[in-house]
Amino acid sequence: MYSCSDLKKGLKLLVDGEPHIIVGFDFAKPGKGQAIYKCKMRNMITGSIYDRSYRSGDSFEPAPLEEREMQYLYQDEVGYVFMDSKTFEQIHLSEETLGDDHYFIKDNMTVSILLFNGRGIGITLPNFVTLRVTKSDPWVKGDTAAGNSKPATVEGGFTLSVPPFVEEGELIQIDTRTGEYSTRVKG
Amino acid sequence: MEANWSLARKRQALIERARIVQTIRAFFIDRDFLEVETPQRLPANAPEPHIDAVASGDWFLQTSPELCMKRLLAAGYPRLFQLGKVWRAGERGGRHLPEFTLLEWYRRDTDYHALMDDCEGLLRALVPGGSLTVAGRGINLAPQWERLTVVKAFTRHASVPLAAALASGRFEEILTSEVEPHLGSNAPIFLTEYPVELAALARPKPGDVSVAERFELYLGGIEVANAFSELTDPIEQRRRFLHDEAARRASGKVPAPLPEAFLRDLAALPAAAGIALGVDRLVMLLTGAERIDDVVAFTPDDL
Repeated sequence: MYSCSDLKKGLKLLVDGEPHIIVGFDFAKPGKGQAIYKCKMRNMITGSIYDRSYRSGDSFEPAPLEEREMQYLYQDEVGYVFMDSKTFEQIHLSEETLGDDHYFIKDNMTVSILLFNGRGIGITLPNFVTLRVTKSDPWVKGDTAAGNSKPATVEGGFTLSVPPFVEEGELIQIDTRTGEYSTRVKG
Repeated sequence: MEANWSLARKRQALIERARIVQTIRAFFIDRDFLEVETPQRLPANAPEPHIDAVASGDWFLQTSPELCMKRLLAAGYPRLFQLGKVWRAGERGGRHLPEFTLLEWYRRDTDYHALMDDCEGLLRALVPGGSLTVAGRGINLAPQWERLTVVKAFTRHASVPLAAALASGRFEEILTSEVEPHLGSNAPIFLTEYPVELAALARPKPGDVSVAERFELYLGGIEVANAFSELTDPIEQRRRFLHDEAARRASGKVPAPLPEAFLRDLAALPAAAGIALGVDRLVMLLTGAERIDDVVAFTPDDL
């Protein structure tokens, strides 16, 4: 069982009999009062997203998910195709099911497929992924107005904030759990 | 090795933060407040139903410097302020850190209306231009700021009246989801006259003992400061502490000792008023930061 203090982005819970992942989390505590834990939940089966508030004392069941290592093969009109390299069994996951995770999938990457009652409902990525910057405006030296960061787009189309010295064509490491820039990779 | 960007990128915010803290200090020194430092480890905090202290050896880290500040007031110091760290277990979110910076100031021989005037003056000193932009909306800081009672705020903004929200145990939920977003969106606002059971250290309003002389200052929907006309009756204060401590134990919280030295000194306190202002949140508002993480050098996640 989880308690409210375990709630955070990425936690997977069983709510109303279905697995949910917390995609947004905030904590409120108006004027010395009782704490309110505000969660944005995504139903991992239907993909629907909604807000729910919890209060201290509430408890939660972990989502009973199995994980299985599979390799990403290719994308087709149905979605993303993964294969178990021991049994050669294949599984399709739609872009909707993957959510933002689809931005970070690379050819031949090994991921954990999340299974609920035998059905693929999501993936767990490696914590860090290296991607090439495809678009970022050059840094005007001395321009610190933007808080020492600028937007960049990486292969696959994901956009994020990066330090001003990152240039187009460079490889950067991204934390897949937060979607944030981690470091440059010499390549 | 590349420099740690998550630290390096905060340079502008930290420069702004330092300037704000220096301005706050100058503001109170100019007005003849004495700056004090009281101990951060205490044998007992005020027992609050929904605030948990962090244990430190056999004692606790302070959840607020209020008890020591009021003991000094009772000893005759007329005007005091303190800038320091406080700790509240388990509080973490976009506007919460479990260790944060609190500004407290106190005045003897007055009530909480004097603190409202101080708030208006302090913001004027921090923002000479007289207006702020929070989440894309302009906030006009020109005094006098609206004073809205909690009961009227619920009538104006909530789907149920205050009495119903309290009876159903949904006061906090409705306050955060329905009322707070409207508070201080064009100009700062004081939310005043809290139900007396929600203000353990505040004195009842003369003429209406169902409400306490407590206010919260809101800017742009964000709660920035909490103030009281102080309760100065040690017998009533002990009764409230015992009541809240019983509620804490009933909900399974770790038992906390009563602050006996504070209760003893409270008997010497004349009319007084005190306020606690969240410095990190004030810096957020003044710099346009969206998360409290953006205005401190380190969060617990960075350590």
